[in-house]
Formats: sequence, structure tokens, C-alpha cells
Amino acid sequence: MAVTDTGGAGAKRPSRLFRNMSAKIASIPMIFTAVVVFIGCTIWTIYHSFTRSRLLPAPEKWVGLDNYERLWGENRWLISIENLAIYGACSLILSLTIGFVLAALLDRKIRFENTIRTIILYPFALSFVVTGLAWQWILNPSLGLQNVVRQWGWESFTFDPLNNPEIVIFGILIAGIWQGSGFVMVLLLAGMRGIDEDIWKASRVEGIPTWKTYIFIVIPMMRPVFVTALVIISSGIIKVYDLVVAQTSGGPGIASEVPAKYVIEKMFQAQNLGLGFAASTMMLLSVLVVLIPWAYLEFGGKKNG
Amino acid sequence: MADATVNAAMTGPRGPKPKKAFSSTNIIIYGTLLVVCMYYLLPLYVMIVTSLKGMPEVRLGNIFAPPVEVTFEPWVKAWSEACTGINCEGLSRGFSNSVWILIPSVIISIAIASVNGYALANWRFKGSEVFFTILIFGAFIPYQVMIYPIVILLRESGDGITWFLRIFNEDASAFRLMGSLSGLVIVHTIFGMPILTLLFRNYFTSVPEELFKAARVDGAGFWGIYFRIMLPMSLPIFVVAMILQVTGIWNDFLFGVIYTKPETYPMTVQLNNIVNSVQGVKEYNVNMAATLLTGLVPLVIYFASGKLFVRGIAAGAVKG
Amino acid sequence: MKLTTKLLSASAIVAASSVSAVELEVTHWWTSGGEAAAVSEFAKAFDATEHTWVDGAIAGSGGTARPIIISRILGGDPMGATQLNHGRQAEELIEAGLLLDLTDVAEAEGWKDIVNPSSLLDSCTVDGRIYCAPVNIHSWQWIWLSHQAYADAGTDVPTNWDEFVASAPALEAAGKIPLAMGQQPWQSSGAFGVMAVAIAGVDAWSQVTVDKNPDAVMGPEYTKVFEAAANARAFAANSNVQDWNQATNLVITGQAGAQIMGDWAQGEFQVAGQVAGEDYTCLPGLGVNEVISTGGDAFYFPVQDDPEVEAAQKELAALLLSPEVQVAFNLAKGSLPIRGDIDLMAANDCMKKGLEILAAGNILPDGNQTLSPDTSAQLEDLMVEFWNDPSITAADAQQRYADIIASAD
Repeated sequence: MAVTDTGGAGAKRPSRLFRNMSAKIASIPMIFTAVVVFIGCTIWTIYHSFTRSRLLPAPEKWVGLDNYERLWGENRWLISIENLAIYGACSLILSLTIGFVLAALLDRKIRFENTIRTIILYPFALSFVVTGLAWQWILNPSLGLQNVVRQWGWESFTFDPLNNPEIVIFGILIAGIWQGSGFVMVLLLAGMRGIDEDIWKASRVEGIPTWKTYIFIVIPMMRPVFVTALVIISSGIIKVYDLVVAQTSGGPGIASEVPAKYVIEKMFQAQNLGLGFAASTMMLLSVLVVLIPWAYLEFGGKKNG
Repeated sequence: MADATVNAAMTGPRGPKPKKAFSSTNIIIYGTLLVVCMYYLLPLYVMIVTSLKGMPEVRLGNIFAPPVEVTFEPWVKAWSEACTGINCEGLSRGFSNSVWILIPSVIISIAIASVNGYALANWRFKGSEVFFTILIFGAFIPYQVMIYPIVILLRESGDGITWFLRIFNEDASAFRLMGSLSGLVIVHTIFGMPILTLLFRNYFTSVPEELFKAARVDGAGFWGIYFRIMLPMSLPIFVVAMILQVTGIWNDFLFGVIYTKPETYPMTVQLNNIVNSVQGVKEYNVNMAATLLTGLVPLVIYFASGKLFVRGIAAGAVKG
Repeated sequence: MKLTTKLLSASAIVAASSVSAVELEVTHWWTSGGEAAAVSEFAKAFDATEHTWVDGAIAGSGGTARPIIISRILGGDPMGATQLNHGRQAEELIEAGLLLDLTDVAEAEGWKDIVNPSSLLDSCTVDGRIYCAPVNIHSWQWIWLSHQAYADAGTDVPTNWDEFVASAPALEAAGKIPLAMGQQPWQSSGAFGVMAVAIAGVDAWSQVTVDKNPDAVMGPEYTKVFEAAANARAFAANSNVQDWNQATNLVITGQAGAQIMGDWAQGEFQVAGQVAGEDYTCLPGLGVNEVISTGGDAFYFPVQDDPEVEAAQKELAALLLSPEVQVAFNLAKGSLPIRGDIDLMAANDCMKKGLEILAAGNILPDGNQTLSPDTSAQLEDLMVEFWNDPSITAADAQQRYADIIASAD
């Protein structure tokens, strides 16, 4: 961007601060959001996680690591973390796989492509509350799917994920995938369409089977799209809250608790801000553990302008 | 290359051409897609069917069976009669509120994010990439972490504005951001910023540099280029941003419930109130009707503009 | 700053001379049938003055409503009045000066003399000042029995917990759920609390809940409680409803034999047109130990910088405790009035039982008043886990309960 240096109309070079002034002024909302809201609030939260804040923030009551000790001693937190790990891993793998397979199918010059794509994408337009309620209704053992299959004559059929603590998280996963995979599909489809037709021609000339072309040639070429999809999916996973509240309220028992729900309930219901902040700091930390290596790989290598 | 991506995305499928109409591959493809479509359509179908049944029929229980006797009672009840506390106005109370929250939030958040993306793509300055990275990290911060400090931030900024207003006019009434529409618009703008800025930045980066340089030579400045060159050629990405924001803001529950008050509750909060105000038995049919009513606006937008959305995604999100 | 104060005092004078109508927003989480009927009594009475009641109902439970209420008070956008359980939940808000001091209203209206039991007013009092208006007494210690369910099972309606336990197999044989239980955490921990008072006795209960003595949890009295709870868990195994009033509905419709629930369940029976003693039976203290706790609901009034609003707030506070409003409200809600000097002729059997126990002074403080919200929430977590996971033995739960009590504040 050498252009920007020729900025001012006059011969005198303006001082560094005033160069590119409009762009800086225009970026004030972004800088404010980044620094004051995201960084500021994060630091505020981390600081208060070391205090004995109850209903109101109490910056003067420093307790060190007490909140963290209690956090990791609580069964409910451990279950929340475990659920998030299962949900996160499954939903990441499944959304990407399902999204890719669907995109590949739609990319085969099929008829009704627009209709099918709209059908797969529409759940993304619904709120988690709506999704949660709809699937809660379908998975209701006495009125929903299980009941219907039993009415058809398969008396012993059991499918009650929302009432079985062992598999309840998968019941939530079904709804989560239903909502999110369409968007992943659209992203990947767009990426696939961006690949040069010559690649396909070449692979056909070479006699490489279609599936091999997808796995060894197409996927590596679609890396940037996968990264975008990954960012969008994983930022959604860590925040999963509404879906659980609408579908199971964390039940049965505490079997489907998730960290975001733990945080909000400790902060406002148990009136233990300090503990809630400690839990949210742990959530942040886990995000960083994933993000920093990625950011390093993505931006660290090249320094371009 | 970026330009090629955009154009390629517009031209349609790139996969190998299927040879025959009824080859075994085709049967597998269409078969799979049929099953997939059923999975995606099932909940919508169940919601619609349930919402048209009377309660006795719902309780009898085949959720997949079409209604024996079609009734619109649940829809009427959900829209205008369902009670929360002593208000029995149903969802209608929230509809106009949602519209009034939606319009300014969508316009302001997109305006700000597009300018941000433009500055980041074409007018980089020292530190701009750092701020951008922080912004992207912000997309991962759970909202729950921010609720509390933002409550304080809104309160303090409100007080600050009040103080400022009173310098000029001693009688100025207290200005409140917390609990007001403007506060909620700010919150939506802040939380929409990371993803939108990313989209706009990627899109503007793909605009050919020659265009930009030519405009500079003609003496156009920051705003001149933005309004005369960038805006006219970025319709697809604005459509994507609009669809994302309309659905995101319309569907928001958490901010709507925390940063507003009963008179200005959006529709999702009313929905939650109706669904959770159980009086005797759960009226699944009314709940489903209420759910569908709440989802109607984003659904219509998706069904109407699906193609534009896909095209815009191809243009904006693909280039990492 | 000086200017502002001047301005405020100036407008205060104006306000004093002319009474003007104020719209007061009141937030609460009373949205079930009986609750909504009760709250509309308040609204009616307040609308009859020159002011207007703006209803801010938030559905769900206190758990959904409280974050909203608290963040709005903290964010400087307070409502005119709000429901909160009194007790320790509001302590910090009071210390931060965010809630209106009602002492002058209380003195003018003579609350000290009329509020019975006086412990209700004590829990509104911090450093000798009064900050909330108690509106009713709710007691948890009830079990509700469905006559229809027992008729279908061909056995007599039990008169105490032991008989209920003995009758459970008959109910099950008749295809009934012996004990209806919702899944919300407060229900699990509440039901356990009821069993603790009834089975372990008041002494053991107060050693645990008031003195926070972990040894008492491990004592023989509480061992019996945990065993009984494990039994009850098996009785409730087939009850997969979420909300408390859905569970009550199972009892109303005769699908379930009984429910352990506070006296607010009464309102649901009333809305369904059922008559105490004919369609259903209520047993205080599970029919074993007739005491009731004296928790309840109270209204707090967040500080507003508008003297007109403040006057309206105080008017509402006085109104909530006035005899007519108390009668109308409590009859609809199924709770007991907070003043002993009013006549509840219209009260039904169950309320009369409650009033008698109250008059006899068989009362204990509510857990909300002795345990911090933090500790209560930990116990709720434990209980909801225990009620839903049969693999947790009574002894495990007992040990974990003791650990929480040991670290309680």
C-alpha cells in the first residue's frame, strides 16, 4: 500500500499521527470495541476472578486462587467441561464431514440444487431457542419419535436421549448439527466452486478416481475455506448455552450442563461472581490454547502488507 | 486470483459432469440427498403439524400424523392471547419491539463494520492488524463473560453523557444507555463487529488494486473511494451481512432480556415467556405456533434470498 | 453537582405539593395460573390509586428472573419494584445503597405490630432499617395427595409419610406414579428440605441449616432422611415433567399419587376447581411433624432519583400490606397472610391448617434466610444430581452434603 504515503496534497509531510487520518477516525469504533470492550472487559473479569465477589464486584477482597480450587473440585463443573469436550469434538468433526459430503454431492451438477440447498440451510435462520424446543418435542419419549415407532409395532424401540443421562449430550448434538451444518455446507460449496476446472480436467486425464481427487487435491486447496468454517463453528461451540437451556435445562440431573450455563448461573443465581468469573476465565484460557497456535501458523509465518 | 474466485463462484457447478441420468451413482446421490432433506425438513414439518392440532389430538400422540381436524386456534392464541403474568397479549407485544430493535441495529452495525473492513483492507495503518486480531479473538469470548462488565460500561457511559448534557442544559434529564434502545443497538453493534468486519475486510481485499489506485490518482480520498467505488460494487457482501445480522439480531435472546425492559422486550423474550408460563398442562400446539411465528421473519428472508446469500458467502468468506 | 442537588430538592418540593400519577414497573416471576391470578389483585389495587401498575412478569423461575432484575438495578435502570425472596439475597444490594429504605412507611403503618411472625420483618431489616415489604408466608412443608389416584388404586388416602410409603406399591400396581417431581433444581432441594424437617426433626434440622454443623449431617437422624430420600427417588422415577406445576397437574388429574411441594401448589388446585378434603388432601410436615417454615415473598423498591416515583413506591409498599389486599392476594395465591389481624373466613381447609400451625407458633426460619445463595445453590446442585442419578447412594450424598455444610458461609 505505497499509495497511502502520497496522501497529503501539500508538499510538507504531515506528522505520523495525522497521516491516513480518515482511516484512523473511521476505525475508532473498532479500536474501541477491541481495546475497551474485549480486552478491557476480559482483564476486568480475570482480575475479579481472584476476588471474593458475591453479588457485587468486590475488587478489594483478594482471595488468590480460592475460586479456582473450588471450581475444579465441583462435580458440576467437571461434567460441564466433559460435555463441552464431547459436544465440541463431535460437532466439529460431524459438521465438517457432513458439510463437505453435502457440498460435494451438490457440486455434481444435480437438479433442484437451489431447493435442496435452501432446505439444508434454513435451520441456520432459526434461533437456538426454536431449535431446542422443536427437537425437545421430537425427542420427547412419550409423545415423540419413540412413541411413534412403538405405535408402528416395534414395541421395544427405545430412543430417549433427552431422558437418559448417559447420552443426553448426543441428543443436544443432533439438534446442534441440524442447525449448523447447512451453513458449513454453503461455505464449503462456495470454496469448491472456486477451484479451477483445469484441476478436474487434469485429474480426469490422469485417471484419478473422483473420491481421490476430492481428498488429495480438492481438500488441500480449500484450506482457507476450512479455516473460516473452523473459526465459525468453534466460536459457536464454546458459547453453546441457549440450546441446552431450551432443550434440557441441563438435565436430567446435571447430565447436560455446559460451561457457559455454569458461568451464568453461578454469577446471577448463586450470587457468586468470583466463582463465575473464575469459570469464564477458564473458558477463555481454553479458547486461547486452541487459538494461539492457529494464529501463529496463520499469521506468524508471513508478514505482508 | 481473488477476483477469479468471485467469478468462478458465480458461474455454477464445477464438478465432473454425470454421464447418464439413471446411473447408479446418480441414484446414490439423489437417494442420499432425499434422506438428508427429510432430516432437515422433519422438525419444520412436525412444528407445523403440531401447531394445527387441538390439544386432545396432540396428547393422543403421533407427532408425524397430519392433523385430523385443522385448527388455527393455537396460532391465534400464540399471537394475541397467551398470558405471561397478567399480560395476555401473546407475541404481538414483542413483534413491533423486535422490528424497532432490528432496524437501527442492522443499519448501524453494518455501516460501522463495512467502514472498518474497508479501512483494514485498503488503508492499513500502524497497529490496524493488531486491533483486527483482537477483534477476531473477541468472536470467541463467551457472551456471558461480557454481560457483567458491559452493564457497568453502559451505566458509566450513560452517566457520562448525562454529565456532558448538563454542561449545556442544567435541566437535561438523566440519559440512560442501560435499558434503552440505544444501549441495545450499541451492544448488537459490538457483538456483530468481529464476523462482519472479517467478511467486509476479505471482500474489499479482493477488489482489484488498480481500481483503487486509479481513484487515488484522480484525487479521491478515504470517504470518496468508499462511497463512489467500493459501495456500488459490494452489493453481494452487503446482502450477506444483512442476512446474518437480521437473523442474528432477530433471534437474540440474551441481550434482549438483559439490556431491555418489559415494554421493549423483543419477540424471542416473549416467546420464552409464553413457552415457560405453564398454566396447568404444557400446550405444545400453542408453543409450536409461537415458535413458528417468531421464526417467520428470518425464515422468509432465507427462503427469499437464499441464492444471494450463497453468492455473497462465496465472495466474502471464502478467501481466508 | 451542587446544581443537581439543588434541582432535586426543588423538584421534591414540587412533588410534595402536587400528587401526580406514576407508572411503576413491577417485575416478578409469578406466571402460573394461580400466581397470575394473585398478582392481578395487587395490580387492581394499585391501579385503583392514581398510579399505574406496569407488569413486568418474567417467565421461568426466580433463576431466570434474578439475573435480569439484578443487572438492571446495577446498570442504573431500576424497575419501580421487584419481587425477591427475602433473606440473604438482597443483602449486598442494600449495603451498596441500591434499595429504598422503607423505615418511614413501616413506622407510619405500624408494621412492627402487625407483621406476624415478626421474623418476616427481621429478614427485611438491615442495621435497624427496613428495606422490603413482605407480602405472604410460604411454607414448603406440604405433601399433596390425589384422592382420585388412591381411589383408582383401591387404597385409603394416607395420613402421613409412612402410610404413603406403604401405599406406594399399590399405586404403582394401578399404573400411577407414586410421587410427582419436577426437574427444576429448587424442587429437588426443596423436597429434600421438607423431608429433613419432617423425618430428622426440627432440632437436627436447625443444627444443620442454622448452625451449619457438618457432624449433624452425618448423624443418625439425617441418615434416615437420606434413606427416605433415596426411597422417594425410586417413587418419582417415572415422573419426567420439568415444571413444578406440571407435576402438580399430575396429582390434580390423578396420574400421580402425591407431590411434595410448598403451599403455592394450592393455587393450582384452586384454578382447577378442586376442593380440599374432597378432591385432594394436604398434610403439613408430611403429616409427621406439623411445623411450617416461614419463608415467603417480599417486594423490594430500588432507589430511583425521582421523588415522585419514590412517593409512589412508598404508597405501593403500604398498599401491599393493607388488610384488603392481603386477603385478596393470599386467597388467590394459596399462601398465608403476613398479618395476624385479618379474617380469612374464605380460607379453605389447607390454609386453615396452616393458619393454626402459625397461631400455635410451630414455625422455623426459611432456608433462604439462614444459608447464603451460594451455599443454597451448591446444595441444589447436589440434590438435583442425587434425585436424577440412582447410582448415587444415600451415603455418598450424605457425605457430600456434609462437605458443603462444612464450607458454608
